Amino acid sequence: MMTFLTNLVSGISLGSVYAIIALGYTMVYGIAKMLNFAHGDVIMVGAYISFCTTSYLALPAWVSVIFAIVVCTALGVVIEGLAYKPLRQAGSLAVLITAIGVSYFLQNAAQLIWTSNTKVFTSVVGSGSIKLFNGQLTITVAALVTVAACIIIMVALTLFTTTTKMGKAMRACSEDKGAAQLMGINVNRTISMTFAIGSALAAIAGVLLCSSYNTLIPTTGAMPGIKAFTAAVFGGIGSIPGALLGGILLGIIEVFTNSYLSSELSLAIVFGVLIVVLLVRPSGLLGKYVPEKV
Amino acid sequence: MKKKNLAALLLAGAMCFGLLAGCSSSADSTNPPASDPGSQATQPAETGDVGGTGEGVTIKIGGIGPLTGPNAQYGIATRQGAEIAIEEINALGGIQFELNSQDDEANGEKGVNAYNNLMDWGMQILYGCTTSGSCAAVAAESYNDRVFQLTPSASSTTVTDGHDNVFQLCFTDPNQGKTAANFISEHKLATKVAVIYNNSDDYSTGIYQGFKEAAEGLGLEIVSTTTFPEDTTTDFSAQITDAYNKGAEMIFLPIYYTPASNILIQASQKGYEFSYFGCDGLDGILTLEGFDTSLAENVYVLTPFDTTSDAAKSFIEKYKAATGTEPNQFAADGYDCMYALYEACKKANITDGMGYAEVCEALIAVFTDSGFSVDGLTGSGMQWGTNGEVAKDPLIVQIVNGAYVNQ
Repeated sequence: MMTFLTNLVSGISLGSVYAIIALGYTMVYGIAKMLNFAHGDVIMVGAYISFCTTSYLALPAWVSVIFAIVVCTALGVVIEGLAYKPLRQAGSLAVLITAIGVSYFLQNAAQLIWTSNTKVFTSVVGSGSIKLFNGQLTITVAALVTVAACIIIMVALTLFTTTTKMGKAMRACSEDKGAAQLMGINVNRTISMTFAIGSALAAIAGVLLCSSYNTLIPTTGAMPGIKAFTAAVFGGIGSIPGALLGGILLGIIEVFTNSYLSSELSLAIVFGVLIVVLLVRPSGLLGKYVPEKV
Repeated sequence: MKKKNLAALLLAGAMCFGLLAGCSSSADSTNPPASDPGSQATQPAETGDVGGTGEGVTIKIGGIGPLTGPNAQYGIATRQGAEIAIEEINALGGIQFELNSQDDEANGEKGVNAYNNLMDWGMQILYGCTTSGSCAAVAAESYNDRVFQLTPSASSTTVTDGHDNVFQLCFTDPNQGKTAANFISEHKLATKVAVIYNNSDDYSTGIYQGFKEAAEGLGLEIVSTTTFPEDTTTDFSAQITDAYNKGAEMIFLPIYYTPASNILIQASQKGYEFSYFGCDGLDGILTLEGFDTSLAENVYVLTPFDTTSDAAKSFIEKYKAATGTEPNQFAADGYDCMYALYEACKKANITDGMGYAEVCEALIAVFTDSGFSVDGLTGSGMQWGTNGEVAKDPLIVQIVNGAYVNQ
C-alpha cells in the first residue's frame, strides 16, 4: 500500500512537470496551429541558465529561477520572430521541420557552450523530505513544490485567458485568426506573447525537472519534451485543462509501469497510450472535435 | 507569395546549415585542440618522427574512446593517462610511440568509424576502446583485419570472447561482481543487498551476473533487483523505493557514475539511508561538476588503482600538471597499457616498417607467453591468458572526506 502511495506521489510530481511543459505545446498549438518541437530544448536552456547562475555566479536559487525565466522568455520570442514568423503563410510541414531544426540548433549550441559533460543540478528548493505514517511514506520537498507550482500556473493561466484583454485576444486568435484580425487584434503580437508565456513556463519546468532528477546534459529537455507533447495530445491539444490531465496521467502511468512492470517497458507504454488515445478519441480526452469541411 | 516562399526556403536552409554547423563543430571538439594540454604528449613523437628518422622506430598506435558525450570522462582519462606514459617512453629513446586518439562517444557505430579512420591513418596497434559496448563492435573488425588490440577499461567478456587478438588490462565484469560479493560478505558490510543495474549495458549486466552467482554461495541475500534502460535515465524513484521497502541495507551499483549520482541524490532527498558499493564505473563521481561529494561519503568503490605507491605518486603529479585534475583509475589503466605495449614491442622487436597483421601475430605471441609480465600502477606481475583476460588482484577503496582510502 505504501509502495503504491509512494509511486502515486512520484507519478503526480513527474506528471506535474509534464503538465507544465505540455501547456507550452498546447498554447502554441492552440494559437499558432504549429507544433513547437524546440519547446523541450528551451527547458534545457532554462535549467542550464539556472545552474550557471547558482554555480558560477553564486547567486541565490530564487534569483536563478527569475533569471532563467527572463532568458527563456527572450529566447522564445527571438525564436518565434526569426524562425517561425517568416513562415506564417507557409505550409505546416515547413514550420514543423523548422521547429525540429531549431531544436537541434539549441542542443548543439548548448553542447558548444556548456560541453556534453554531465552537470549535477542542485535542487533549488533544498533536498528535504516529509515523512508520513511513521516514515513509511516519504514525500520530497521538490515533489511538493512541483505539484504546487503546477496548480498555481494552471489557475493563473485559466484566469489570464478568461479575464484579461490579452487572454481574450489569444482565445480569439485560436478560434479564427482572420476574424480576430478584422476585430482589431494584433495577431502577430498575440502569437509572440504566447511564445513568451510558453517559454517562461518552459524555464520553470526546466528548473523543477532538474530539481527532482538532477543530471543536466544538452539533451535533458528532449525526452521530457516529447513525453509532454504526448501528454498534450493525450489530454486534447489546445486545451489547458487537457494539458494538466494528460500530463498527470502520463506521469502516473510512467512511474507505475516502471515500478510494477519493467523500466524497459515504460516508454513503450507511454507512447502506446498515445496511439490508443489517437485511435479511440482523435481529439484527445478533453479536446474539441472540429470536423473539417472539405 | 512567391517571395515569402523563397524567404521560407532560405530560412529552412539556414536552419539546416545551423544544424550542420552545430554537428561539425561538435565533431571538431573530438580532436583535441592544440591548446589542450593532453595533446602535447603526441607532439614530441611527431617532431621526433620528422627530425630523427635514423634513431629508433616510431610505432603508430590508434586510440578509441569517448572524448565527448555522457561517458567522456572515461575516454579523456584513458587518453590522458596513455599520453603521459608515451611522453615518458619517448624520453627514454629507443622505441617511439605516436598516439592518434579518436572519439566514439561510447557508441559502437562511431567506434567502427573511428577504427576505419585509424586504419586509413596507418595504425599498427589499436589501443581501446574505453567502453565495453563500443569495444565489442570494434573487436569484431580488428579480429577480421588482424590488428592487435589492447583495451584499458572495456571489461566485458564479449570484448575478448572468440577474439584472440584482443587483450584487456582491466579485470572482467563477472570477476568484479564476484570480488564485490566476497568483500561484502567477508567484511560483513550487509546481509540484505539491493542491486540496481543497467540491463541494456554489457558491462553492468556482466557484473550483476557475477555478483548474483557469488552472492548465492556466500549467503548474501539479494532482496531487490531493479533495472534501468539507459545511462541517461534520471528517475530512480521506483528502484530506490523498492530497495527501501524490501529492507535492503546496501545497494550494489554495478553502473556508471552519472546514473549513480542520481541514485545517491534521490535516495538522500527521500531520506533513505543505505550504504553503497560500486565498481570501477563509479570512478569519476567525485569530479562530476556540481555533485555534492558528501553524498558519496563512505561509498565503497572497486578499483585496481593503488594511489599510495611511489610510481603512482609521480604519475598523479604529472597528470595534475597536465590537466589540473586528479587521475582516476581509467587514467592509470591507460598509462599501464602503454607500458605493457612498450615492453611487448621491445620483446617482439617491432619496427615501424611492419604491417599491422605482422605486429599482431608477434604481440599475441608475447602477451600469451607465460614469461611475460608487466608491473604497473594497477597491479604488479600482470599476466595475460590466451582468452585475453588479465590476471591481477582488484583493490577496494572507500570514499572518506571526498577521497579514496584503501581498505
